[in-house]
Amino acid sequence: MKLRNIANYALLVVGSIVVAFPLLLALSYSLMSESEIATFPPPILPARPTLDNYAQVFATIPIVRYLLNSFVVSSAVVVGQLLTASLAAYAFSFLVFRGRQLLFFLFLSTLMIPWEATIIPNYITIRSIGWLDTYQGLAVPFMATAFGTFLLRQAFLQIPRELWDAARIDGATTFRFLVSTVIPLSRPALGTVAIYGFLSTYNQYFWPLLITNQTLMRTTQVGIAQLRFEETLRWGLVMAGVIMVAVPTLALLVLGQRQLIRGLTAGAVKG
Amino acid sequence: MRWTSRDLRSLGIGLAYLAPSLVLFAAFVFIPLAETINLSLFNTRATGAITTFAGLDHYLELLTSPAFRTGLLATAIFAIYTVPIGIALGLVLAVLLNQRLRAINVFRTMMSSTIAISAAVGALIWLLLFNPSLGLLNFVLSRVGVHGPEWLIQPTTAIIAVSITTIWLTLGTNIIVLLSGLQGVPEEIYEAARLDGARGLRMFTRITVPMVSPSLFFLFVVDTVAVLQAFTQIHVMTRGGPVDATRVLVYSIYQDAFQNFQFGFASAQAVILLLLVMGLTLIQFRFVERLVHYQ
Repeated sequence: MKLRNIANYALLVVGSIVVAFPLLLALSYSLMSESEIATFPPPILPARPTLDNYAQVFATIPIVRYLLNSFVVSSAVVVGQLLTASLAAYAFSFLVFRGRQLLFFLFLSTLMIPWEATIIPNYITIRSIGWLDTYQGLAVPFMATAFGTFLLRQAFLQIPRELWDAARIDGATTFRFLVSTVIPLSRPALGTVAIYGFLSTYNQYFWPLLITNQTLMRTTQVGIAQLRFEETLRWGLVMAGVIMVAVPTLALLVLGQRQLIRGLTAGAVKG
Repeated sequence: MRWTSRDLRSLGIGLAYLAPSLVLFAAFVFIPLAETINLSLFNTRATGAITTFAGLDHYLELLTSPAFRTGLLATAIFAIYTVPIGIALGLVLAVLLNQRLRAINVFRTMMSSTIAISAAVGALIWLLLFNPSLGLLNFVLSRVGVHGPEWLIQPTTAIIAVSITTIWLTLGTNIIVLLSGLQGVPEEIYEAARLDGARGLRMFTRITVPMVSPSLFFLFVVDTVAVLQAFTQIHVMTRGGPVDATRVLVYSIYQDAFQNFQFGFASAQAVILLLLVMGLTLIQFRFVERLVHYQ
């Protein structure tokens, strides 16, 4: 039994290193000088670690501004999604009205429509209302979420109906019950929606690439990808940029792993 | 079915709660969808303004266009390289991670770390790994006596490079979904199989794989849809080249719409993309329904 455990751990260690290797390598290269990167055979660990590349990132691109842009847009999307999805999920779980089923299917149908299939008219719309190079252009199109609504509805349905009946007897309004009871009881699900919204917005590339032209309105993903198209490709610099951009999402992964897993597995059938 | 005033009132309240979402969906999903279909039937100016009615011309052009056929083929190759291998790797690692061992959570976090990594970040890192002179990949290959190719210069290897990058990017999701599938398998089933003498590979193929088949199928659809939508890694790594080897459907939409300004022609391709994704999703919905039914 002991021997089997050792074998298992060995496999786990090897597997983890292989999977995480590209990330670890990026970290390692971000600490190497360009001349060291160019040596043969390719080095794995820096002989003399230096933070020069990070300083160079600050000098080459407005990385702080990119990070700020990404945080502003992602936070706006999270707030927007939490508002629209909780209101909608509440209607789909506690309110009874004709056409509810039909409207729910209408929400779900948006999951079948790839964003890329609507990107041309959306681009034309955003351009015609003067939202190119703006935060609202980057954020507003993503403020409604069928997936988030679906997740919150599942959570709201777990709330005992007795609470609803009691609140009605106490004369609480429909909206008050949502704010004072349903929302506080659904914090884990709200956390899942928030983490999802943040991560997917922060990691976006296609849409920000299309609708931002000014350097100062670029988001992190588009901003660091530009480093690849600089005249001389400096790999240490690119890897330092990669690490700076990836750190917020990795931190989010470590902090919100449970919420993330709950979200990812909500769609899958339990096996 | 008559509508009483109470019905109308409750509908009004319901709609009020749904209104913020509905307005956004209308503005950025439903109306643009109708506009995409509409645009695909017209010729446009470079500004996007409609000029003349084209009918089904754009679709007929797609049928006869060698470039479109190459693009669809590239998309298919990309999917065939990426989806099965990604799921198989995910399953092997998920089985490894589905053990009661000390500190197993550390390994779970490390192996699923790619869920937090953006396609742009992943593509930049793999660009370095695939670099013929600086990259580690060709160095390792040379040590085992293989002369590594100029990955992104040759059409056949460029699509492999993009596929490997994509497999890595989706591995985290695959592992998490399959791990949760594995955790849903009751321990008694394994014990019963063990009593019947099942071990190792036999246990894996006869018990594990069938028991997580819903998760496998879910991932098959989700990963294929993700491949159909993949844009970032291609834009960062190959820009659709070399000689259109990685000009998949979405990249072709991007180039025709935003570089060649043929919005009508690009919209026809967007409609094809829509049909593919809708088809896949509907198959999944039906499958899930059936599954729930027979349980």
